[in-house]
Amino acid sequence: MTAATPPSSVDMSVDLAGVRLPNPMMTASGCAANGREMHRFIDVAQLGAFVTKSVKAQPVSGRGTPRMAETPSGMLNSIGLQGPGVQAFVEEDLAWLHSIGARVVVSIAGSTASEFAGVARAVVRSRYASAVAAIEVNISCPNVANRGLVFACDPASSHKVMTLVREEVPRGLPMLAKLSPDVTDIVEIADTVLKAGAHGLTMINTTLGVAIDVDRLRPHLIAATGGLSGPAIRPIAVRAVWQVAGAMRAGRIRTAPIVGAGGVRTGRDALELVAAGASAIQVGTAAFNDPTAPERVGRELEALIAERGFTRLSEVTGIAHERFTP
Amino acid sequence: MSARTIAAREGAGVVQVDAEVLGNSAVGAYRHLTLVTPGLAEIARPGQFVALAVGDGTSSMLLRRSFSIHRVSPAGTYGATTEIVVAAAGPGTEELTRLEAGASVSVIGPLGKGFPLPSQPVPCILVGGGYGSAPLFWLAEQLRERGCPVEIVLGAATADRLFGVVEARRVADGVTVTTDDGSAGTRGWVSDVLPDLIARTGAGVLYGCGPMGMLRSMSAIASDHGIVAQVAVEEAMACGVGICMTCVMPVADQHGTTKMVRSCLEGPVFRGDRVRWEAFDDGLCRVPADAVGAPKEAR
Ligand SMILES: Cc1cc2nc3c(=O)[nH]c(=O)nc-3n(C[C@H](O)[C@H](O)[C@H](O)COP(=O)(O)OP(=O)(O)OC[C@H]3O[C@@H](n4cnc5c(N)ncnc54)[C@H](O)[C@@H]3O)c2cc1C
Ligand SMILES: Cc1cc2nc3c(=O)[nH]c(=O)nc-3n(C[C@H](O)[C@H](O)[C@H](O)COP(=O)(O)O)c2cc1C
Ligand code: FES
Repeated sequence: MTAATPPSSVDMSVDLAGVRLPNPMMTASGCAANGREMHRFIDVAQLGAFVTKSVKAQPVSGRGTPRMAETPSGMLNSIGLQGPGVQAFVEEDLAWLHSIGARVVVSIAGSTASEFAGVARAVVRSRYASAVAAIEVNISCPNVANRGLVFACDPASSHKVMTLVREEVPRGLPMLAKLSPDVTDIVEIADTVLKAGAHGLTMINTTLGVAIDVDRLRPHLIAATGGLSGPAIRPIAVRAVWQVAGAMRAGRIRTAPIVGAGGVRTGRDALELVAAGASAIQVGTAAFNDPTAPERVGRELEALIAERGFTRLSEVTGIAHERFTP
Repeated sequence: MSARTIAAREGAGVVQVDAEVLGNSAVGAYRHLTLVTPGLAEIARPGQFVALAVGDGTSSMLLRRSFSIHRVSPAGTYGATTEIVVAAAGPGTEELTRLEAGASVSVIGPLGKGFPLPSQPVPCILVGGGYGSAPLFWLAEQLRERGCPVEIVLGAATADRLFGVVEARRVADGVTVTTDDGSAGTRGWVSDVLPDLIARTGAGVLYGCGPMGMLRSMSAIASDHGIVAQVAVEEAMACGVGICMTCVMPVADQHGTTKMVRSCLEGPVFRGDRVRWEAFDDGLCRVPADAVGAPKEAR
């Protein structure tokens, strides 16, 4: 029973590197499965875009359990990119998302650069490609060839992935690079992937953590380390967006839209990321608490923007940079 | 504060409500909570569960906690209510057991697949470990409505951790109680009394809810006797609604293919002989090497 939204005076539409989205709200990859389960609570076709779980070429079982630990205002996960493989993804999940009229950002992953390209090719050449609004390249997974080093932590590897994927993605379809905060200089990685042809950036993926089970005195997760997400990491996400948007404004790197992710639970949280420079917002872990969160946050964000006297979302994007005097 | 529906899409079979706590009373070592849940009680079935949020939208405990539905009353004086039995196991359940009448709590349900009911009036044995017995009494009533003779076995570490002995006597043809320390009923485990009970009653189905170890031995005993066990598992869950992939377990399908399936969506009730019990060890569950998409051995 979604409350009827009063007609708003705020234009919430987003220009995502040439693709128009009616609103900035997205799910975050891996936090809404592939849509059907969340569709029981909200109409996922009403979101700006639905972001799928990262899909690899072949089926992946993911890790054993426990693969989750709750932490203060967040959680650690080591799901291990569980998924059906791109062929089943296209035939079942993308087909379904297409059938309900959703705008889909397909998140792709791989253990090698050519695996990424193969997955992208299978998606964009599929008969449901018209539902795809963008490809999000999850370079935050480990590079098998490079002894498990995460692609997004290494400029050369991330450059190679983006270059190969770009060759598969047709003109007009934005390619977003999803960055890890676990790097020395996120502006350098942003610069690299933009030079390799990324049309936009998604920031941030989870940041690495460990929880110890103090009864058994051993790591809580079967994989020991996991990705930290939830409100606990919001300041890190705001920082990443702030630094990269700042570099774009200063002309140090190419300008491109930024999709903000990390710890968004309310409209205020989303507004922080927008003011720091994000044009669109993904809601991840908060949906585990409230499956309506991706839609609710959008409503709250719109009300906050209206309250502050703006008529367009785009007027607020990055405004904190203008109002900051060092 | 009264109950309010947050999300309920037509035909979704699940609702999200801000429920009002109608009652919270002590039962042995547990708390018995009655929640006003419009739209939920009407569609729930035994074996399904609910996922409760801890605190409000600012709580630092972000993940929902799952509880078996003890029973539902679709049309009580206060409208539709759902009852659950909560053991204070950690910070989240401790906070939930402190909820007072009149308080509000976010509830999502009914979730998961319930216990399948036999089409024939076969004798059934229902086995509950600790608070795991919570969903069994409602199940017993439904089985008896179908003409199935029902035996209930309740086991726990100590007498105060048993749940529902009196209620069991009301809804079953026979009740057996076991405790590890002998403080009530027979000393020992439920698995000690099961073989005799199966032989005596000619049971065709075992239903179980409780700790994994108990469900595993129940499943083995059922297989030994050539009968089916339907067990409600408890895997750590972050969302309960199928969007996080944290609650997976290795389960074989009817063709024998093992997949890591979401216990919140495909479960919590599984056929005991389909669960790959050997994968569970000392609080961990490893991916069986023959599971779909299992990691390849050292590259
Ligand atoms: C389908 C199902 C039905 C359940 N029914 C009941 C019931 O009727 N009564 C009852 O008292 N308890 C029940 N449980 C167990 C209950 O959900 C956990 O005890 C509870 O989640 C632990 O929360 P906590 O805050 O006390 O512990 P914490 O350790 O702080 O929990 C942290 C996180 O881990 C998860 N978690 C930890 N332990 C468990 C566990 N044993 N099972 C599932 N998730 C866990 C929590 O949900 C939470 O997300 C059920 C669990 C499941 C999956
Ligand atoms: C359980 C879980 C699974 C995730 N799976 C993926 C994934 O497959 N691909 C990806 O790019 N990010 C994945 N993420 C990261 C999220 O998309 C998001 O970047 C991160 O959680 C930060 O946002 P949040 O704090 O709103 O959750 C996952 C996060 C969680 C919690
Ligand atoms: S608990 Fe989230 S998918 Fe099962």
